Amino acid sequence: MNRYDKKTLAREGLVVLAALLLMLPFYFLVNTALKSDVDALNTSAMALPPQLSMEGIEAAWSGSPTRNIPAGVLNSIIITGGSLLTLIAFGSIAAYTITRIPGRITGLLYGMFVLGIILPFQLGMVPIYVVMRNFGLVGTHLGMILLYSGLLMPLSVFLYTGFTKALPREYEEAAQMDGSTPFQTFRRIVFPLLSPATGTVAILCGMIIWNDFFTSLIFLSGSQNAPLPVVVYGFVGEQVSKWNVIFGAVILSMIPILAFYLVAQKKFIQGFAGGIKS
Amino acid sequence: MGRVAVWWWAAPAVLLVLGMHYGGIAAGSIYAFTDWRGIGPFKFVGLDNFINIFRNPKASQALWNTLLLAGGFLVLTNVIGMAFAVALNRQLKSRHLLRTLLFMPVVLSPLAVSYIWKFIFQPQGPLNDLLRAVGLEDQTRAWLGDPSSAIWTILIVMVWQHIGLTMVLYLAGLANVPMELEEASAVDGAGAWRRFFHIVLPLLRPTIVVASTLILVQGLRVFDQVQAMTAGGPFNATETLSTLVYKETFVSGRYGYGAALSLLLTVLIAVFAVLQIVLLRGKKEEN
Repeated sequence: MNRYDKKTLAREGLVVLAALLLMLPFYFLVNTALKSDVDALNTSAMALPPQLSMEGIEAAWSGSPTRNIPAGVLNSIIITGGSLLTLIAFGSIAAYTITRIPGRITGLLYGMFVLGIILPFQLGMVPIYVVMRNFGLVGTHLGMILLYSGLLMPLSVFLYTGFTKALPREYEEAAQMDGSTPFQTFRRIVFPLLSPATGTVAILCGMIIWNDFFTSLIFLSGSQNAPLPVVVYGFVGEQVSKWNVIFGAVILSMIPILAFYLVAQKKFIQGFAGGIKS
Repeated sequence: MGRVAVWWWAAPAVLLVLGMHYGGIAAGSIYAFTDWRGIGPFKFVGLDNFINIFRNPKASQALWNTLLLAGGFLVLTNVIGMAFAVALNRQLKSRHLLRTLLFMPVVLSPLAVSYIWKFIFQPQGPLNDLLRAVGLEDQTRAWLGDPSSAIWTILIVMVWQHIGLTMVLYLAGLANVPMELEEASAVDGAGAWRRFFHIVLPLLRPTIVVASTLILVQGLRVFDQVQAMTAGGPFNATETLSTLVYKETFVSGRYGYGAALSLLLTVLIAVFAVLQIVLLRGKKEEN
């Protein structure tokens, strides 16, 4: 039944056609972004640009006085990077501690982390906003890093625990006999062994933080520390039907994550398929 | 063997989660029963906020829209994703390329994706162009501005972006279906449809539960697509619980009322999450 026959060829053709139809929005995106201001208004969406033009992309790159896309990229990198460092450092060591100290308390802590994955965070936004406002953290990078670290720590601990549970103790025992302190053992021996989990945490949490709009709109809108989605949202709001400029901004905002995806697409897909299933 | 870990190593993670997650949710649940407006004193008003939600046509509409979007999102994303997974599973020469391509929208920000579709649905956009080209001139409309079509445009964007996600989950599930089992039943004369419904589908049940819960929870929280495409309009036709929470709380400053709306959303999501745990546990005990 696994021969590649005429029926398989027909199926292949059908699936490719369906996939191409589904990808049509990307054609409109790139096609329109490469049109001049005049052509974007006067030619149909299907028609290729009469003349390739960077007007839209350039206008989006220079932004407006209050909406600066390169600054948004930088803010997104700082916030995502800072949160990931926290999630990886504290998440890995917490998962290790929970696995290596068995007992009712650590069991309870593990339950608390797992429940945190399911509980939606919207309800907590109001009180957290108020507390952060009192501490002057609203509109700052640090505030966002703390917030995302707390919201996504359950996912991080959960993904790490999947690995620490399967970790053999022999390496740690050998290191201890060589006179290594517990923390040295964790840092030099255990943490490197956890690197597949670190990869999954970085990809899943990194994507969620990078693309998050709801939380950053609440905490960072109108601030000069606003990340990419908030900047793009504000910028697009200022452009009335200048679709080549809007799509210029959309393309610029997609480039960083798409580049990551194309380089590491296997890890992305495995991270989702494995991380969500377990 | 000596100690390899010290209990307080877990403290930073525990404190972050307690503070940002549980503390926030606990405080939010209390606000839901008050008339707080963000500053100054507040008093407890019992169930008033919730009564207002169900009396207010705008909030009822938002609740209904949220359930409609989440339900449609659940069914369509799973069915289409599974269809692609089954079609791509074996044999096809282009399957790796197609998988990479179809998964691509998943990694993009929902906001960016929504803008692409906003263009497609413009009165002068490609969808109306296409309808005119095939002689369906009378079907053209302002898709986003028409209260009867706006909600469906939101659903299309949500489904389009997440087909790749369910497809990848079902591909992982299908990898666990032993090929021999399918071959054996093919030898017994079972057709492709029969094989799918009687052998493949039952074995996919755990994946269906996980994928459905994930998609449903995401659907109930829908915000970005609405905010980017219609901002809840026209005439509240696309208002959802999340967009209403945002407007009532952070735009109008009705913190108590907004918290009550959030609590409603939280309870909805929690119910479905618990349902998944029950369904999964039931499956494990069967085995």
